[in-house]
Amino acid sequence: MAEPARAVDAASEPPLIALERVEKRFANGTLAVTGLDLAIGRHEFVSLLGPSGCGKSTALRMIAGLGAPTSGRIRWPGHGAGSRPARGEVGFVFQEPTLMPWARVAANIRRPLALIGVTGAEADRRVAEALEMVGLAEFARAFPRELSGGMRMRVSIARALATRPKVLLMDEPFAALDEITRFRLNEDLLDLWRANSWTVVFVTHSVFESVYLSSRIVVMTGRPGRVHADVPIEAPYPRSQAFRMTEAYNGYCRTVSAALAEAMAAPGGGT
Amino acid sequence: MAMAQTAVEQQAPAGAEAEDRAGSHRTGALLRWGLPVLFGLIILGGWELFVWYRINVDGISHYNHILPAPTTIAVALVEDWHILAPGWLVTLWITAQALFWAVVLGVGLAIAFSLSKWIEYSFFPYAVVLQVTPIVAIAPLIITMLNDLDTALLVCAWIVAFFPILSNTIIGLRSVDHGLLDLYQMYGASRWRVMLDLRLPSALPYFLAALKISAGLSLIGAVVGEFVAYGQSPGLAARIVEASYLLKVPRMFAALVLISVTGILLFLLFSFVSNLALRSWHESAVRRER
Repeated sequence: MAEPARAVDAASEPPLIALERVEKRFANGTLAVTGLDLAIGRHEFVSLLGPSGCGKSTALRMIAGLGAPTSGRIRWPGHGAGSRPARGEVGFVFQEPTLMPWARVAANIRRPLALIGVTGAEADRRVAEALEMVGLAEFARAFPRELSGGMRMRVSIARALATRPKVLLMDEPFAALDEITRFRLNEDLLDLWRANSWTVVFVTHSVFESVYLSSRIVVMTGRPGRVHADVPIEAPYPRSQAFRMTEAYNGYCRTVSAALAEAMAAPGGGT
Repeated sequence: MAMAQTAVEQQAPAGAEAEDRAGSHRTGALLRWGLPVLFGLIILGGWELFVWYRINVDGISHYNHILPAPTTIAVALVEDWHILAPGWLVTLWITAQALFWAVVLGVGLAIAFSLSKWIEYSFFPYAVVLQVTPIVAIAPLIITMLNDLDTALLVCAWIVAFFPILSNTIIGLRSVDHGLLDLYQMYGASRWRVMLDLRLPSALPYFLAALKISAGLSLIGAVVGEFVAYGQSPGLAARIVEASYLLKVPRMFAALVLISVTGILLFLLFSFVSNLALRSWHESAVRRER
């Protein structure tokens, strides 16, 4: 059902992030992604969906600047001055909470600020703001081990938000959580995205999660990863839990599932 | 904290610590202290009885010079205290210095290794050579080469104590969560920032586990050195050799008891320090942040 790649915002504005013929081969010879073309517009909520090992995390990490492409390039045409956003303008949320076990919640969130040179009262303000956003204000002095899995993930998100990023890159952030917690965090994430007009790139292997969240889903083939289908999800925001019951939601889930099945059957797409 | 403790237990799988923490507290503690004490008393009682039997029933009147009874050893410990105590202090002082230098050089080198592959590749093989060479074999060389006996004994003890600290700290410095390393890279942190914020805190449990091992090893190293240099050393081990020449067997045993007790005390001391540091380690990290 491969749809043609969607033109981003009708050419009125250059895409914020552009991946052009990106290829990544690891030192051990594994070809993770190849010929990856992807344009992500400002304020989009884009999900990269694909079977595990399809290189979607690798693509996300390259966007974050963690490891350069072997060939091809990643540009930020929509990003004003410099070619790349400054440190702190991009927030990254890992699959695991990756918190420092020896530091309290507030200290964990404060680290990125210290690293980009925000200190003192301003840093205090930002930490409080980030904790407020994820609803953990009263847990500032707790240690990570004292929190539940969902709360740790909230701390991890707050840490990414503390620098007030414009772009949020999320690598299967909710994969390890139970469904109830995941639904709540999905909802909260959408609220935050709408309130702050971020651009979000969200890696997931869940069809349902990606349909619920995204304004656009990019379905990738198995390794080496390429774009197989590009599905706009045109359901209006705000989306509440009720959206999960609608016919539109089910329709998108079927479409995306079919695209995913196709992508996995595509040549070179086996896992 | 949980992670930290797991790391310690991996290093020193005594098991006792894990059970201590997990088990029910009061009965657990009672069993943990009561059982070994009871067992010890039974052994000592049997030993005492055996020696008494050999002397009084078998009629071997000098049996106390073959295997002295626990009470005889205790008497020797008190009576010969003026001979043993100065030696004990000397050995203790060598042990402490050796451990100090093992920590300074072990941690220092581990940090240098983790900052520079060049340094690691150049020096690490030689650290291994130091570790695998039997100290008994090279102690005579060290004592002959170095004119100053105190220094020679210090070097012997240091060689034995140094490697566990180096090797464990290296592993600890490398055991940082890769996600955290990625995070720091994204925010453009320097290598020193990563060292201070991530590597050193991650290494702390590994280092503390090594400290417990090395404390005992530096005592062993000091004793071995003194054995080799017995004629000149004022240390406790030299008193053992001396007593054996004089056929003062109870005194030998008394000195041996003193050495063992010292080793046990050192282990308990650093177990205590380790628990204390890991319990408060979160606090210290928060303080460093400000």
